[in-house]
Amino acid sequence: METLTFHHKTVTPAGGAKAQALVGVVASGNLEVLVERTLPPAECTVEIATTAHGFGDIWRAVVGDFVARYPAGGLRMSINDGGARPDTVALRLAQGVRLIEEDAL
Amino acid sequence: MSKPDWGTERAARGERLAAAGSLAKGKIVDSADVTALLEAVIRPGDRVCLEGDNQKQADLLAVALAGVDRTKVFDLHMVQSGVVLPEHLDVFETGVAKRLDYAYSGPQAARIARMLFGGKIELGAVHTYLELFARYFIDLTPNVALIAAVSADRDGNLYTGPNTEDTPTVVEATAFKSGIVIAQVNAIVDKVPRVDIPGDRVNFIVEAGKPFYVEPLFTRDPGAITEMQILTAMLAIKGIYAEYGVKRLNHGIGFSTAAIELLLPTFAEKLGLKGKIATHWALNPHPTLIPAIESGWVTQIHSFGSEVGMDDYIAARSDVYFTGADGSLRSNRAFCQTAGLYACDMFIGSTLQIDLQGNSSTVTTSRIAGFGGAPNMGSDPRGRRHASAPWLKAGEEADPDSPAALRRGRKLVVQIGETFGDGNVPMFVEHLDALVLAEKLSLDLAPVMIYADDVTHIVTEEGVANLLLCRDKDEREQAVRGVAGYTDVGRGRDAKMVQRLRERGVIRRPEDLGVDPLDADRSLLAAKSIKDLVRWSGGLYAPPSKFRNW
Amino acid sequence: MTAPFLNDPAAVSWYEASARKRVVTLLDPGSFLEFIGPEQREMSPHLGIFDLPKQFDDGMIVGHGTLRSEKIFVAAQEGRFMGGAFGEVHGAKLTGLLRAALKADIQTVLILFDTGGVRLQEANAGELAIAEIMRALLEARAAGIRVVGLVGGRAGCYGGGGLISGCCSALVVSEQGRISVSGPEVIETNKGVEEFDSKDRALVWRTMGGKNRRLIGVADAFADDTVGSFRDATLALLEQPGRFDLDTLQAEQTRLEVRLERFGHCADAAEIWTALGIEDASAIPAMAAEDFVAIADRVQEASHDAR
Repeated sequence: METLTFHHKTVTPAGGAKAQALVGVVASGNLEVLVERTLPPAECTVEIATTAHGFGDIWRAVVGDFVARYPAGGLRMSINDGGARPDTVALRLAQGVRLIEEDAL
Repeated sequence: MSKPDWGTERAARGERLAAAGSLAKGKIVDSADVTALLEAVIRPGDRVCLEGDNQKQADLLAVALAGVDRTKVFDLHMVQSGVVLPEHLDVFETGVAKRLDYAYSGPQAARIARMLFGGKIELGAVHTYLELFARYFIDLTPNVALIAAVSADRDGNLYTGPNTEDTPTVVEATAFKSGIVIAQVNAIVDKVPRVDIPGDRVNFIVEAGKPFYVEPLFTRDPGAITEMQILTAMLAIKGIYAEYGVKRLNHGIGFSTAAIELLLPTFAEKLGLKGKIATHWALNPHPTLIPAIESGWVTQIHSFGSEVGMDDYIAARSDVYFTGADGSLRSNRAFCQTAGLYACDMFIGSTLQIDLQGNSSTVTTSRIAGFGGAPNMGSDPRGRRHASAPWLKAGEEADPDSPAALRRGRKLVVQIGETFGDGNVPMFVEHLDALVLAEKLSLDLAPVMIYADDVTHIVTEEGVANLLLCRDKDEREQAVRGVAGYTDVGRGRDAKMVQRLRERGVIRRPEDLGVDPLDADRSLLAAKSIKDLVRWSGGLYAPPSKFRNW
Repeated sequence: MTAPFLNDPAAVSWYEASARKRVVTLLDPGSFLEFIGPEQREMSPHLGIFDLPKQFDDGMIVGHGTLRSEKIFVAAQEGRFMGGAFGEVHGAKLTGLLRAALKADIQTVLILFDTGGVRLQEANAGELAIAEIMRALLEARAAGIRVVGLVGGRAGCYGGGGLISGCCSALVVSEQGRISVSGPEVIETNKGVEEFDSKDRALVWRTMGGKNRRLIGVADAFADDTVGSFRDATLALLEQPGRFDLDTLQAEQTRLEVRLERFGHCADAAEIWTALGIEDASAIPAMAAEDFVAIADRVQEASHDAR
């Protein structure tokens, strides 16, 4: 198991008021993202536990693009990864932000 | 000087038929005597076509050929579409066969690679189907053809049923050039439902007592289609189908194109595209196209072969499919390949590897799957002379400066896929494995499935790259890198140049096409399971057991 | 509202939905509250040893909510995480829920099964969990609580899950749902492919699938593959009185003996269906849910709140 943590400064805080959201499941080629609104509005942290070793550079790139594209301020995002592909990771991160923005589930 | 004898081939055929004489009652040979029959009519060094492709297989005859006495029958030159059954390679292990010219080897991709490396097979070439068929009439004419049909009458008239496929082509080349045609049939009947092959082209028939094997290669379970494949399909529909108004087309067999088929009655219908795209097809009877057909999207379909479980549905939809007097499908691979080449404006399919210029290949260093029909479908026919709107538009994009009346159009050749494939293997590579293979086997040509200069578009979840608009090698490379996502090739992009290409519309991201990746959801699929397809078909589609969960 | 978060129960496929989505759409809108949610990160202490990924809820969601305004407890297994298999934490959450129901004045507990059985990597803990769950479940039933199982997910309801389902007051199953103890591969491995060909999916479903389980009385109600249909079937079952006494079990024992006598010689489920008086048994697998329910209601045997 490899663990990675990325801290980012953000410009836009995440929308909505929900305290947390969860998307995805841990399965082969899939991952879960737990989104918690627990950080100061100008920060975003992404913590990853993955079974695939040695992909730190790709994770850094995916997380960097995500934070630049989506309003993720104030969010602590925790990932359990079952060996998902980068495109799936990017989609789940975006879905996590979308889900926590929504008023009701 | 003696007078030339112009009848040696006929005389040889007469001798072969005579050698088999005692084994046959009329044309009928007992299935227990098939191996003896093959030993009687096949001569060492013969060119033999053992019928089989990616679908139907003359399986009884394959087993019989693998069982011949190799002191009587050896060094054969196999000229056949498919290397699919274990027996197709067993004959090379035993020395019954020596040389091979073929087109497709999907299920045997790993074993054929090992045998090629081990020198067990003398390889002529890996062809496309149409190319191999062409050579049957020029320099690879079979001496003996071993074929499969559904039924025969006592005169040898054959009914090939929905899976006619290669049979008429193989028989044409063999029977009219003094060759021997042996057919395995499921049953011998008094009267065949329709005559697909006239009896005077068939020398022997063998009752197999069970149906010849057919692989359900074109069945894609909607349950396995992912959000990413749906996103990619949405981008293709908006960025290519709608953009060019593609009505006449061929689809590959991957999940991305299956997703497109299932989005036609939902996503594409909402975009108002019904009747404007995807109306005329060169396509096998894909079960995933049933919802589009039932929703009135499809005008007509010509097929290479049939598909397991689709026969009743096809028979009930004769307005759409080509059917015979008996009511069932008539497929024909040679004609359908020709249709795909000349009468379709687009081929879209997936691949395993794409290089920086857009060359693509399904060969890896340990697997040689062959080509089947893809290089033929996925190539620009230089002999085409009729115009159509998509063809003209693509031609203009590629060559805006030439006078319109002298400008060739272009067939749209689209490679679709996800940046990472099974097992997180990237689809984009600096160098194709096919090059390594060509070097290892000392081949004159690397087994490239679709050449870069034929590819017009690449679609991934990252967007659509329009290679027609690229003006030089560098632009082309950056366009490829620009849709290669987080692969090494993608991360090696020149970000500024990719941005410029995007401004020119060479690269179009989901947001440029008005597609929100978060909308890519399985609820958009017209059918989410095989059972849904059965429902759409009104119970006419009968999927094989391995696809059922009921 | 974008597509991934559509929550109309009539449109949500049970088979396709995640455990979380099933729970949220099955209960009254907005009523679900989770116990020991993913933010508490109560994960498996064993999977890390095998370098396997964990899930924040360990594949088991437990909580409370309302179903047509009645306060209930609910548990749901995520069939895609480790095949929905029972591990230590996974099992303890369900045991705890069932015990808590006794103290919380709860009349109904729903278990949304989706499991291949016990997790191999934590087999001892998992087996113990199965035993503890069965004990807790029966204690809850003895106290008058109705425990209803719902089966219609990818993993089916196998192994220890099959045993637990057998302890429930009633079961709802859909066509996709499979209920058994030994799975198809296990049977084939032990008894040979002639006995049971696990690759013959039609055979697997004909034998273990929802329709056969409904027809022979393993399941008490049949649902179409939507959350809405599961909800309707569950509500209908809950209207019947719950029973759990010696008479119930003796009646069930008698029923099972008669069943063995009647159908023990049958080589295929379709023969059982014919023996049940269904005219065209071969039509059952492809039959639409509505038509099937009509037949099942006609041929079903008496329910004794046991199986």
